[in-house]
Amino acid sequence: MKPFVLKAALAAVAALCASSTASRAAWEPVRPVEFIVPAGTGGGADQMARTIQGIVTKHNLMKQPLVVINKAGGAGGEGFLDVKTSSGNPHKIIITLSNLFTTPLATGIPFNWKDLTPVAMLALDEFVLWVNAEKPYNTVKDYVDAAKKAPSGSFKMGGTGSKQEDQIITVGIEKAIDAKFTYIPYKGGGEVAVQLVGNHVDSTVNNPIEAVAQWRGGKLRPLCVFDAQPMAYDEPIADGKAWKDIPTCKSQGLAMEYLMLRGIFMSPKATKDQIEYYVELFKKVRATPEWQDFMKSGAFNTTFLAGADYAKWVEAEEKRHEGLMKDAGFLASGNN
Amino acid sequence: MEELANLFHGFAVALQPYNIMLMIIGITLGVIIGVLPGLGGANGVAILLPLTFSMPPTSAIIMLSCIYWGALFGGAITSILFNIPGEPWSVATTFDGYPMAQQGKPGEALTAAFTSSFVGALFAVIMITLVAPLVAGFALRFGPAEKFAVYFLAFCSFVGLSKEPPFKTIAAMMMGFALAAVGLDSITGQLRLTFGVTELLNGFDFLIAVIGLFGIGEILLTMEEGLAFRGGNATINLRVVLQTWRELPAYWMTSLRSCLIGCWMGVTPAGATPASFMSYGIAKRLARRGNNFGKGEIEGVIAPETAAHAAGTSALLPMLSLGVPGSPTAAVLLGGLLIWGLQPGPMLFVEQKEFVWGLIASMYLGNLAGLIVVLTCVPIFAAILRVPFGIIAPLILVLCAIGAYSVHNSTFDVMLMLVFGVLGYLLKKCNYPLAPLVLAIVLGDKAEEAFRQSLLGSHGSLGVFFSNGLVSTIMALGLVALFWSAIQEGYSRLRTSMA
Repeated sequence: MKPFVLKAALAAVAALCASSTASRAAWEPVRPVEFIVPAGTGGGADQMARTIQGIVTKHNLMKQPLVVINKAGGAGGEGFLDVKTSSGNPHKIIITLSNLFTTPLATGIPFNWKDLTPVAMLALDEFVLWVNAEKPYNTVKDYVDAAKKAPSGSFKMGGTGSKQEDQIITVGIEKAIDAKFTYIPYKGGGEVAVQLVGNHVDSTVNNPIEAVAQWRGGKLRPLCVFDAQPMAYDEPIADGKAWKDIPTCKSQGLAMEYLMLRGIFMSPKATKDQIEYYVELFKKVRATPEWQDFMKSGAFNTTFLAGADYAKWVEAEEKRHEGLMKDAGFLASGNN
Repeated sequence: MEELANLFHGFAVALQPYNIMLMIIGITLGVIIGVLPGLGGANGVAILLPLTFSMPPTSAIIMLSCIYWGALFGGAITSILFNIPGEPWSVATTFDGYPMAQQGKPGEALTAAFTSSFVGALFAVIMITLVAPLVAGFALRFGPAEKFAVYFLAFCSFVGLSKEPPFKTIAAMMMGFALAAVGLDSITGQLRLTFGVTELLNGFDFLIAVIGLFGIGEILLTMEEGLAFRGGNATINLRVVLQTWRELPAYWMTSLRSCLIGCWMGVTPAGATPASFMSYGIAKRLARRGNNFGKGEIEGVIAPETAAHAAGTSALLPMLSLGVPGSPTAAVLLGGLLIWGLQPGPMLFVEQKEFVWGLIASMYLGNLAGLIVVLTCVPIFAAILRVPFGIIAPLILVLCAIGAYSVHNSTFDVMLMLVFGVLGYLLKKCNYPLAPLVLAIVLGDKAEEAFRQSLLGSHGSLGVFFSNGLVSTIMALGLVALFWSAIQEGYSRLRTSMA
């Protein structure tokens, strides 16, 4: 009986501590905060998380350390389930990408974003249509004509992951121009860009940060961006062209728009003070020059949302993903 | 000769006292990280990355890459002393390193391992210095079909290595493939063989399997055989280093071959682990005393260590020049480069000369510093074997558990490690070879992925594996390796019938 009594006493003390911290006017972490990345090391989400960690450390924005942990298993499902089961633990936050929607829809794991507490949207990641610079496609029209003329399925599109954002965009393009591609999934965005440089695929929809080095090296050519307006950055990158000079796909007759969420969620059952603490923290992170440099290097869309606006945005986006994935036939059997 | 001028400028940068200090700190941390199984170089670099954000980029990369060299060195220590590979690429080092330690020659094995590591790294750095742009272009020719061919070659050069019946080898390899298939199927995005168990979403991590199969399995065996480490009466002084060095030049051919295999695998980028396996397999075939491999042959330590280090070093080349990491650790370093505002890719060599050549110079100096640090510690490492089993075994168990836990911060993995330990013990008792099982776990899903990517691109035609000179050559080499013993037998029969 003794161990049980001890455990019960400990639990009571823990509960007391928890309630006393929660009742304080402003909440602050009392132990190290785990920052979960539902993707592998070196990818876009991982880079962003580690940049944030670096900024927080350098500018002393938190009294407790922020520890980045990768939980990439099952296309990020491992990370989402980990945070979902940490109900009431305010020392756990997670950075999300589109797999917040796509992974549960495609694999049927028991998870929905509503299981977590939304904190803030940090930025939106752009997608650009890239081709090899040796190819004669200078405009979207050249590209679309070539793709339509090629025998069905012989045009190869490389992308990151299966039934994730890159393949969703590919299906969207197929629909918009009435052509059939062969989609080849790879593990990481950098690898995809290099496969395009080596002419192993015909086009990709890499994020700017994944392909910018090859663009500057004269190996790749951007055709259009899958956003409603051109990107905001007017500093020349290659051949005197800036991100701003890349036209939107819609304006070029390719009606597909897609942006990827780079946002923060935390464990279920977080209190208002706890959410407020993290929102303020990320506002401070966004104000640093390092963050602005990072946004510039990856040509991010810097929209910031928090609170109800953020939740509303995520909800609308979930609906859109459900529609897109249903149309593409990507839903797991239990999700139909 | 502009490269040489750049390199000397790089040495000037790397030899600043502040940078030398970071180098030694990095090497020491790296060795510690390499010794702890599970806490691999990638994790170590990732944990320490934020510390470096306040440093200048050149100093930061010098320190981080030194952690990487240190981890490469350190991985060999536990492999040789306790049969526990600290890093995936040191698995092949256990095959002969551990028997050597048991025969009372841990000092020789460690010296051979460290020296070979240094030779491999040096060869790779010289290659990077002289032919960087040329080699970087070669990596671009590797699409999925070429990658599959490389994995195929790695498997084939390993079949028939064991003295056990071929069916046992194949059974062990198939078990490895089955374990590798668990988790997310990256081609269709579906979950496979997880049976709704969320802990299995990630599949079976190679490191956990290896820590269990080798580390725990070995402890169970030792317990059965009388609770004592063999090899405890080793001679322990620094003279053993010089004695071993006198022996090493005789194996120059193995070293050279392993350097080439390592550089090739590092650049392509397949990585250090397949390089070490492939190099060991080929050395066994071609060495004069190849039949003794697995019983404590020094050449069996030289081959995998040289190749692993050559691959680990040359893996940085595609990262810098193409932005594609050749290893998990390189992937974390790549993230670091981006955070420091450096864009890896074709322009890095042109725009950031000081950084690139500072890094290359630190590869020379870091490896030299690493060699000196680990060699002077050889007697200390070897003396660990004198500690009674009753004290060291619990320590190893704790170390293994921490290692397994730190891979994904999950207690489930610690349980899994114990299960693998029992499995390893049973397989050893039944004389099933563990190496093919491990090889299949580490390369199985990568090979499958490359195979299916190729077939997607070719619309199901197997002709894609013979569609150009490069891929055909590698596939043909693989087939030769697969049927090598049959060819040899046929040849000797032919000769006897002719005579």
